[in-house]
Amino acid sequence: MPPKKPKSAASRAGKKGKAKATPAPAEDPGHPDDIFPLVLTSATQELFGCRADDDVTEESPHKLLRKDDIVQDLKMRAAVSDFSPVKQIVLEYPDAELLLVFDRDFVYGQSFYLALTPEAKERILNSPEPETPEVFEDEVVKSPEPKPWISLGSEQEIVEEYVSEKRRYKILKVNRQFGLPINFSDRNAADAKDGNLGWAPYEDSRSSIRLTQRDCGTQAVSTLQSSSTQTRCNSTNAISTQCTPREFSCEEKESILQSESVKNMCISVMPIMLQALQQEEIMNVFLDDWTALGSAAEDWSGKVTEGLMLYQSFTDQNYSKDKKISSVHWHPNLYGVIAVALTEKKEERLNESATLVLKASLILFYNFSDPSNPQLLLESPADICAFEFCPSDPNIIVGGCTNGQVVLWDISAHVSHLQETQPGKTIPVVADPFELDDDKENQTPVVRFCAVSALESSHKAPITDVQWLPPTFEVTRTGVPVENKYNISTQIVTCSPDCAVMFWDVRASRVSQSASDRKQNVDQKAPYSVPDTFQHLDRTWKPLFKVSLPKIDLSGEYAPLKFSLEHYTCTANKAATGSDDSPEVIPDYSRLTVPSEETHSALEQVNTKLFIGTEVGEIIYTDWKLVKDDSERLHSAKPLHCFSIHHWQVNTVQRSPFFNDIILTIGSWNFAIWKEGVMDGPIILSPNSEQACTAGCWSPSRPAVVFIGKEDGSVDVWNLLEKNWEPAQVNAHVTNAKITAIGPWIASPKQHFLAVTDDLGILRVFEIPKLLYVPSKNEGSNLRKYFEGEEQRLKDLLRCEELWAKEKEEAEELSKRMKSVQPVKSPVEDEDEEEYKSYLVLEESILKGLGLWPKTRDA
Amino acid sequence: MAGIGNADVEETLKRIEAHKSVIGTIVVNADGIPIRTTLDNSTAIQYAGLFRQLTVMARSTVRDIDPQNDLLVLRVRSKKHEILVAPENDFLLIVIQNLCE
Repeated sequence: MPPKKPKSAASRAGKKGKAKATPAPAEDPGHPDDIFPLVLTSATQELFGCRADDDVTEESPHKLLRKDDIVQDLKMRAAVSDFSPVKQIVLEYPDAELLLVFDRDFVYGQSFYLALTPEAKERILNSPEPETPEVFEDEVVKSPEPKPWISLGSEQEIVEEYVSEKRRYKILKVNRQFGLPINFSDRNAADAKDGNLGWAPYEDSRSSIRLTQRDCGTQAVSTLQSSSTQTRCNSTNAISTQCTPREFSCEEKESILQSESVKNMCISVMPIMLQALQQEEIMNVFLDDWTALGSAAEDWSGKVTEGLMLYQSFTDQNYSKDKKISSVHWHPNLYGVIAVALTEKKEERLNESATLVLKASLILFYNFSDPSNPQLLLESPADICAFEFCPSDPNIIVGGCTNGQVVLWDISAHVSHLQETQPGKTIPVVADPFELDDDKENQTPVVRFCAVSALESSHKAPITDVQWLPPTFEVTRTGVPVENKYNISTQIVTCSPDCAVMFWDVRASRVSQSASDRKQNVDQKAPYSVPDTFQHLDRTWKPLFKVSLPKIDLSGEYAPLKFSLEHYTCTANKAATGSDDSPEVIPDYSRLTVPSEETHSALEQVNTKLFIGTEVGEIIYTDWKLVKDDSERLHSAKPLHCFSIHHWQVNTVQRSPFFNDIILTIGSWNFAIWKEGVMDGPIILSPNSEQACTAGCWSPSRPAVVFIGKEDGSVDVWNLLEKNWEPAQVNAHVTNAKITAIGPWIASPKQHFLAVTDDLGILRVFEIPKLLYVPSKNEGSNLRKYFEGEEQRLKDLLRCEELWAKEKEEAEELSKRMKSVQPVKSPVEDEDEEEYKSYLVLEESILKGLGLWPKTRDA
Repeated sequence: MAGIGNADVEETLKRIEAHKSVIGTIVVNADGIPIRTTLDNSTAIQYAGLFRQLTVMARSTVRDIDPQNDLLVLRVRSKKHEILVAPENDFLLIVIQNLCE
């Protein structure tokens, strides 16, 4: 960079090169001495190649001209040449080249200027160097050397910067007025404009804003606060205590008993105690005689009806003509519904197939409302001798036929019909092509049997007794009683004079189920509207097992007619199974199957013994469980006891409804009461009656009353407590024919009925008078005592008999021994001999006298 | 003396037990512990404990009403039998008897 001096000159020159900002007055000469402003015409410009704005521009204003060229130009154009003013200078110019600078901005007055001296040329050429430092900086590395200051016009700048008074002044205040004391005066602020600045109060619009909504914080505090603390519980409470009573050991007891005080106590207490005991034994001081008196059955209306009163009699012209009723049962649930089984009177077995086609074998259902028309007919393949309603489901009925088959009915479809008590109502009947009646208006529905047992495995003789096993237990294939899981009756016991008692199960056994199903599908389906409850059993039903009754001491078998088994009541079982579902849930018999035997637990307490009455009047006590003999085959054991009490057919074997071990058996001309466990004979044996007893039953409400039906149609009422040698009451000729069956029923606490059926097919229902159904005071316990007494008597009798028998034996033996010792006849015997001889002589003489003495008898 | 005493006690009790309708007898001491009984042990303990309390209460009732009175025999008659309790000298004699028919 050039030093100070040259810098100022350079800057001045630079300034001149650039556009000047300050409007400096144009009085200064402007250009230095060594520069000469020139005007070049355009021709000259073209000649020298320095056309303005073409060859020389603002950026590159320098143009080096050759001296020779200029001289030549001068010579050529002499006075016209632009260089004429500088002619002399040019000629004297030492250098060969002269610098021409384009002065675009007319800094020196003209558009061009010429550097007169080479020093000026150098200066001008070098001066633009600092103006463009960017271009030339890189090149200038060497340290600047101090150069002599060249005045480039910077002094003038400084001069310009001098502050000089160039202004013109205006006199405001004369000097003499300075420093005078001040006089303050007042002035109203309002006079002058802008004298005061006031801020008038104004209503801030903000204060008139009505707050309609304001956020404020709230804190909810619960009104109820629960808190808990835990304290240490110091008191100990016993949760449970267990105590055992104190006892004395034997020695202690002995020692205490020895003490004096005990002795004194006993002595003093004894009389009082004895007196109290005696008082109690004499009589019951607390007995209320008045109430005891009132318990006797008395009709306060005055008249006392003693005998059986006929309530209603039922007969049907169509069906029960020429038939006898073999069995009668009341419907367990429905009021006033009785079922009777009709059988042919003649018991011929010869023309079975021929004669039985015409008349269907029926069970009739009668209703109190309609005495002459049966409500329901149950059809069976053969005449029914015995039937029974199932205790768990009264819609199931089992019957035993005269051909030995067991038949099942299901009347669930017709139960509603039975329940209607309106007589004469037209019954919408299921079209039954088997119906014999042509009368379509009042047809009674006929129910065909659901299932019938297989012919080959049934009884060979008419089934005379059919009973359901109670729902409390069931029986396996060997006769072992096991518990009944569902508490429904599913098993049946039948007996028949073919010397067999058979046990049947209505459930489908799992083994034969598939076979029977297939068979059923192949065969025709049941043609009528028969419920298929027992489809699985139909025609293939086999008994569970068979109990035979071999005779005890002889060979052969007994022929049972009736039997009685003990109903096992187990209260524990019922409690375990919970609700008793017999009224609500009637089990679906079609779906039951015999469960496998292992799942059942055998019941030990079941009494498996049967009382059986036979054809010839024997009473047999036997066990139905099958036992294994030596060859490991199951067979029935021999009966335990057998008694021939009755002389003819036993027609009733019935347990007392009050005592489980008292059995009534009715045979030909008498009846007997047995106690189970007393195996010596009947405890009570009635005297023989004139008429044959043909039917009988216990009274359901009085333990001591027995109804016996006779051959002449009368019903005897026996009261065992009153007199046991004759009936307490005889209702003579209740019916015209032999009574075939008797069945009592308690319809309501005030209405007790007795159904009596006879040989003519008529069913009569009697009302039992109050006298006969209200038990007397303590009748049960009295009866029991009476039985015990009888039992005792029997035992005594037997003992006496034994004793006598023994004595007799001894006496005989004695006499025999005496005879053998003394062959001589005793005088007594001698006398007898004598007498005999004399008699013979007498006889001979008389006969000879009559002439009848046979000649051959001589000698 | 002791033997005779014992025999007396036995004899007395046998006389009572000989009655046909008597089911059993219990002799109870002051603490309610049976000393001699013809019933089984657990039954005797139960009777002894219960009747001890009852007798004390009955006796105090009688004496509260009339201090010069005293309880002789307490008879509890139930449906099935009658129980006679005789307190004396801090001992109790309990006899259970069947009701007559």
